[in-house]
Amino acid sequence: MNLTAQLPILIPAPLLVASLAVPVVWWFWRRTAYVVVLAAVGTALAASIGALAHVVRTGEALVYQLGGWAPPVGIEYVVDHVAAYVSVVVTGVGLVGLVATRRWVTSDAATREGPFYALCLLLLTGLTGIVVTADLFNVFVFLEISSLSAYALVFQGGERAMVAAFRYLILGTIGGTFYLLGVGFIYFATGTLNMADAHQIMTQIGDSRAMQAAAVFIFTGMGLKMALVPLHSWLPDAYTNAPSSVNSLMAPIMTKVMAYVMVRMFLSVFPDGYLTNVLPIADVLVVAGLVGMAYGGATAIGQRDVRRMLAYSSIGQLGMIAVGIGLGTPLAMAAALLHVANHAAMKSTLFLAAASVRYVTGSSRIADFAGLGRRMPFTMTGFSLAALAMVGIPPAAGFFSKWYLVQAGLEQGAWAVVAVVLASSLLSATYVFRILEQAYLRPLPEDGPGNTARRAPRQLWVPVLLMGIGTVVLGLANAAILTHVLEPGL
Amino acid sequence: MSGAVASSLPLVLVGIPVACAVLVALTGERSRNLRDAWPIAAALGAVGVGLALAGPALDGAPRETRLWEFAPGIAVAFRADAAGLVFALLASALWVLAAPYAAGYMRAEGEERQTRFFAAYALSVGAALGVALAGNLLTFVLCYELLSLFTYPLVTHRQTDEALAAGRKYLAYTLSGGLALIAATAWLAALGVDATFTPGGFLADAGLGRGTRWLLFGLLAAGVGVKAAVMPLHSWLPSAMVAPTPVSALLHAVAVVKAGVFGMVRVTAFVFGPALLVGMGASTVLAIFAAVTLLVGSALALRHDNLKRRLAYSTVSHLSYIVLGVALAGPIALMGALLHLAGHGVTKITLFFVAGAIHAHTHKENVSDLDGIGRQMPVTMTAFTLASLSMAGIPPFMLFVSKLYLGWGAADMGRQVFMLVYMVSGVLSAGYLFPIIIRAFFRQPRPAHDEHDGHAEHEPHAPAPERRAWLMVAPLAVTGVLTLVWGLAPDTPFGFLALAEHVAEAVFGVSPVLGGGA
Amino acid sequence: MLDELAARFPYWFTGLLMAAGLYGMLSKRHLVKKLIGLNILQSAVILFYVAGALRDGGTVPILLGGHGEGGPVHPEDYLNPLPHVLMLTAIVVSAAITGVALAFMVRIHRRYGTMDERALLEQVR
Repeated sequence: MNLTAQLPILIPAPLLVASLAVPVVWWFWRRTAYVVVLAAVGTALAASIGALAHVVRTGEALVYQLGGWAPPVGIEYVVDHVAAYVSVVVTGVGLVGLVATRRWVTSDAATREGPFYALCLLLLTGLTGIVVTADLFNVFVFLEISSLSAYALVFQGGERAMVAAFRYLILGTIGGTFYLLGVGFIYFATGTLNMADAHQIMTQIGDSRAMQAAAVFIFTGMGLKMALVPLHSWLPDAYTNAPSSVNSLMAPIMTKVMAYVMVRMFLSVFPDGYLTNVLPIADVLVVAGLVGMAYGGATAIGQRDVRRMLAYSSIGQLGMIAVGIGLGTPLAMAAALLHVANHAAMKSTLFLAAASVRYVTGSSRIADFAGLGRRMPFTMTGFSLAALAMVGIPPAAGFFSKWYLVQAGLEQGAWAVVAVVLASSLLSATYVFRILEQAYLRPLPEDGPGNTARRAPRQLWVPVLLMGIGTVVLGLANAAILTHVLEPGL
Repeated sequence: MSGAVASSLPLVLVGIPVACAVLVALTGERSRNLRDAWPIAAALGAVGVGLALAGPALDGAPRETRLWEFAPGIAVAFRADAAGLVFALLASALWVLAAPYAAGYMRAEGEERQTRFFAAYALSVGAALGVALAGNLLTFVLCYELLSLFTYPLVTHRQTDEALAAGRKYLAYTLSGGLALIAATAWLAALGVDATFTPGGFLADAGLGRGTRWLLFGLLAAGVGVKAAVMPLHSWLPSAMVAPTPVSALLHAVAVVKAGVFGMVRVTAFVFGPALLVGMGASTVLAIFAAVTLLVGSALALRHDNLKRRLAYSTVSHLSYIVLGVALAGPIALMGALLHLAGHGVTKITLFFVAGAIHAHTHKENVSDLDGIGRQMPVTMTAFTLASLSMAGIPPFMLFVSKLYLGWGAADMGRQVFMLVYMVSGVLSAGYLFPIIIRAFFRQPRPAHDEHDGHAEHEPHAPAPERRAWLMVAPLAVTGVLTLVWGLAPDTPFGFLALAEHVAEAVFGVSPVLGGGA
Repeated sequence: MLDELAARFPYWFTGLLMAAGLYGMLSKRHLVKKLIGLNILQSAVILFYVAGALRDGGTVPILLGGHGEGGPVHPEDYLNPLPHVLMLTAIVVSAAITGVALAFMVRIHRRYGTMDERALLEQVR
């Protein structure tokens, strides 16, 4: 057996093993634990990149049968174009987040560093597992692994986070349970849990009540986990109150992976066109997404706390991804998936920058950003680049996902999509320039919280700056991603 | 212009200001003289490259840089064709003069944050050159959006509440305009149209439906119309006057508004093409918008006492000269429009330079305070007089030449009514500028204002002699003389007339003066 | 009508349980009651799977003799074992979630001295 064939399992496995090992290692050798964390995530990232390279080169998906059992009896891991791509995004952003928030963890969570990192690794295990597996029930298991660790991580954010985490747990579990119920309907209709099998059998037997129920429950559940309006109410509190080190890890990738599950349902589970033509699921997604874009953008404008603003902005951006999935054409799907990476990079930068600001000034109020352009030049440069990318200024990343989505909307004559996507740029511009104005065009107040001797540690600002530049590079390279990765995969 | 030759020079031209911005930022406050010298050197370099590109463009073999594809099938491309070079040469030539002027102004006014200012200034010029040389619509939009972004810190430079409000308004207008363009590019991509600028229009035989054509035209015209300040999209421009004067000069003469009208040239002559434009009736609609703006802008200029605001409305009016010229969709009118683009650039920058020099020298902003200023600042006000004569279209100044072509073009297309509009507006231009000259030279200075007692030292009875501000006075003297020189010999040294003629010939397929005109 | 109800009894029962669970989670203010609602919801889904595994006349899927002894083995003679296995996993997940939720509640109670959601939200804001 050569190494390439093992790549699918090499993505989640090191993370899982390390998550078990880290608390033990940490107990005995405090310093080594962090090295193990980085090694595990690094291995997963390398495996993802390797898998992506292989898939792009050969055009064929990597298939790994767990324990050597062939499906439908055994569980199968399949890494195709889309899975490899999302996996690279998840592990890449995860690695950046873990590196950048190191200082935060050592100052805030020093006494429970081992368990903390174990949870982070479990979160990544769950998310990468969802991406690589081709088994419907296995998705549920990984979903709950990631969700449980996310609840626990949010809970670490102190007093205010406790209630937010509990509510997140309640709503998240409803989402997971609905998904499980939907999978049950698929199983009893088809007798299989393997995605490819289920796809084939469902295509043969045609529409049935069970399939309808399955689609409704799965999409409601995933909508909840993805914070799709009107099922978003857990997100703002959770993101605002979570520890900085957590929301810069969780916010960029968690909801995106849920969006990926939806894409999977469209591509490889339900019969082609079923969710678009037979059931109005796709239309509902589009409408919910559009409402989400308008609501998220408009609500973000009124926020005083930058993290809450970013949380509402996430709701808007997720709405955009949902619109892309719902439109359902290859171009729209590609736009949605492109935005998965773009938004992950942008939100990671923004949350990291916010964390950096909070580290220096102890505040995350927008009013306290006054004069920070001078005070923290590199952090704010990264922040500005990512923020402008979110507005959709070319050539940064956000522009192109919007551009392709508008294009897809025009192809289908979906005028509402075109109008809302364009208008949402103005909403983003409004809340983004509110901060940029504070940072660059207002003086540093003499008695403000920015006037501390504390400086942003290099470990924080270097990743922020690099990720900010990365959003621009991602935009410049988008055609390559689109033609080599997304279009063959859709 | 099918015979584009691959070359890296167009990219170099766009890259020079960007590199300059980096150097400015790196030099910073360590050596202000070196920092302020970079833009001058860069501008001279840009002029040199522009001149090197002009020859091949006139020979019908424009140089082109194609970078990687940044959307499937659409590359970032910079092509130095004749039309682009008119704008690019104008922008870089005026930058040569604006750079020392800006340095002089910022020092005289003791402005803060000069490094950021000069870096953003250079970046804005770079974006404007990108707009000029963009080879396809998507590259154009890219540079157009970046231009909005880079000029934002210039508009808000003073960081007062008023400046911030103006900045918000500016962004709201220009970003909305950008969105209209983005929608249009996405639509063209969705239709599968290759949006490479083509003389005579790439939509000319794309065979689109009537509704699609009109909507596309609406989006594109509105998108570039924002920066071209076509009414009712103009109101950001007078508000943006809170910026320091070198910025106003940049916004209103070199970069932003010219990018808008140049975009109009691209949209009409290179996207739709004159034949389609006339055929679908868009020509008339655009012409009416432009004519209304032209007259109302001039009339509003008469009402404003603040010198910079008066100049702003004058700009609104004169930009629509150009828009009307391209809307007429005739070869001679197009030539006139391109000449007016260049001529208005040099003329208006002179007027703004003068306004800034007066402010730096005497802290006066209103026309009614300018009695007798000609004696304090003879060189400055002489330049102002030259530029005003040009503005009013007096022969043999530059704007006389362009107005001649514009009026001729209107008559050539059988639309004498627009010729009349040009003439009326010419009279109005004289009406809002000549009184300033009269005040400056033929009235006695009024005694210093009593209400300014608090800082009487700023109202000196005998201000420092003009020559001490040579960094500002020399550039404006040069541009003032240029309004006359380019009127007498439009081809020296940049060949604006030849380039404009070349464009008209390429777009219409006939030599304008020999074939279409007479 | 009654026949229809009887034939789809597991579905209706599941639906009823789920409704009860959701009602508890969304309308009760006490955190423990919310958690109980959550458990009801999860149990409903578990019962749904188990009921789906039923087969008329089927028996426990254990081969008494060795494989192939006593004639061929017919799948239709047995219950479907797979859903039961899946539900073992689901029960583990459910137990883990309950555990985490209980831990949260202990901490919340220690800090705020109440388990009433409205009172908690008032204190947090």
